[in-house]
Amino acid sequence: MSEAAYNFAYLDEQTKRMIRRAILKGLAVPGYQVPFASREMPMPYGWGTGGVQVSAAVLTPDDRFKVIDQGADDTTNAVSIRSFFERTAGVDTTTKTAEASVIQTRHRIPEEPLTEDQILVYQVPIPEPLRFLEPRESETRKMHSLEEYGLMHVKLYEDISRHGHIATSYAYPVKVEGRYVMDPSPIPKFDNPKLGDMAAIQLFGAGREQRIYALPPYTQVVSLDFEDHPFEASKADHACALCGAEHSYLDEVIVDDSGKRMFVCSDTDFCESRRAAGHVGEQAA
Amino acid sequence: MLADTLTGGFSDPAVQSAHAFRAVMEAMARPGTVQDIAGAEPPAPLSKAAGAVLLTLCDTDTPVYLAGAADCEEVRAWLAFHTGAPLVGPSHCMFAVGSWAELGPLSRYPIGTSEYPDRSATLIVETAQIAQSGATLKGPGIKDTAALSLPELAAFQDNQRHFPLGLDFFFTCENQVAALPRSTEVF
Repeated sequence: MSEAAYNFAYLDEQTKRMIRRAILKGLAVPGYQVPFASREMPMPYGWGTGGVQVSAAVLTPDDRFKVIDQGADDTTNAVSIRSFFERTAGVDTTTKTAEASVIQTRHRIPEEPLTEDQILVYQVPIPEPLRFLEPRESETRKMHSLEEYGLMHVKLYEDISRHGHIATSYAYPVKVEGRYVMDPSPIPKFDNPKLGDMAAIQLFGAGREQRIYALPPYTQVVSLDFEDHPFEASKADHACALCGAEHSYLDEVIVDDSGKRMFVCSDTDFCESRRAAGHVGEQAA
Repeated sequence: MLADTLTGGFSDPAVQSAHAFRAVMEAMARPGTVQDIAGAEPPAPLSKAAGAVLLTLCDTDTPVYLAGAADCEEVRAWLAFHTGAPLVGPSHCMFAVGSWAELGPLSRYPIGTSEYPDRSATLIVETAQIAQSGATLKGPGIKDTAALSLPELAAFQDNQRHFPLGLDFFFTCENQVAALPRSTEVF
């Protein structure tokens, strides 16, 4: 199945060395966005080119690779990236979280806790948490260097004054080791508490924006909040209709033209393994 | 001598450098752990581990400083053939390799700027042995505390105080590598 015409894992060795050096700097300065010379990949920007380049730089032939897209193993993005590395790196792939050694993810952290033997690679669209508040890179870079994050707190405060609570529900900004404010990629804020003290290495790749950043294992990651409006990891107030899980992140699915809806686990592997173990939700077929 | 120069690189560069990088990354992500690293047979006085780290991370884009005994004809020729890395002094290097005594003083190396803390040097320190004992380490990548044999304390404590600026260190010995990023507190 491996495409012998390509180098192992598609990228040439010099590109991989450049990405690997950026990953090491990212691990040494957790939360800092390391610039790297992102390559054009055989897929459009926005389809995970940053994550794919980071995965290509860390994969070995012994790895077992899993890709999830909003928690699901079976959507277009996940299927095509998985088959890309099956063909160019010849690695084994899996949909089981526990069996994977490298997991590339688009906007979710698996429900099942990760171990020290795993690496989680995030696809990141906009790595700069301050970008929508300050469009100039020269300014946001200065703000990070001076640890000037007041603007971010103003944004959260405006949320409260307008909506009565912090309405930011995904890409919720975090502070890493008390130093850098970091965009955790557009994961739901339900997943934010899993970022800190994780046993696995977390790597973030933004291809179009040419940035790589990282969280070493057991790094302190705090979601920004206020004393009187503490951070809250929210989810839909339902149980999964298929497996009955009450503490997993749920997708809302419209099932007919009259607006009938159901809530199901966004992590398909988690939901399937629960159903295989005999858990049943109220709408399980 | 020519034969030594041309041999000792990765025989299967893509796969061997992938494995070597995983060892290097695990070391940097988990300070205090000791990883096995293999694949390189560099000329003396370089250790196999230092050779593998250089082959994995260095190329024509990365100026390298050879300190002390590492700055010999055999090593220069080997590094030139296998990586093409330009050789420079400590003030302009991205990587430096040598013994702890020969690498100092650390003030000679770039530690990055406040806007680009990544523009700093990484030092590959050749040591006689790496043990998970001695100095206590604390910080990102370490669950509670870890221990690692370090050549001294003060230099690393001083380096950590500059965070997010600073130097990152690899310690190499035979076929083992450990790391100490600038984020790690040492005491």
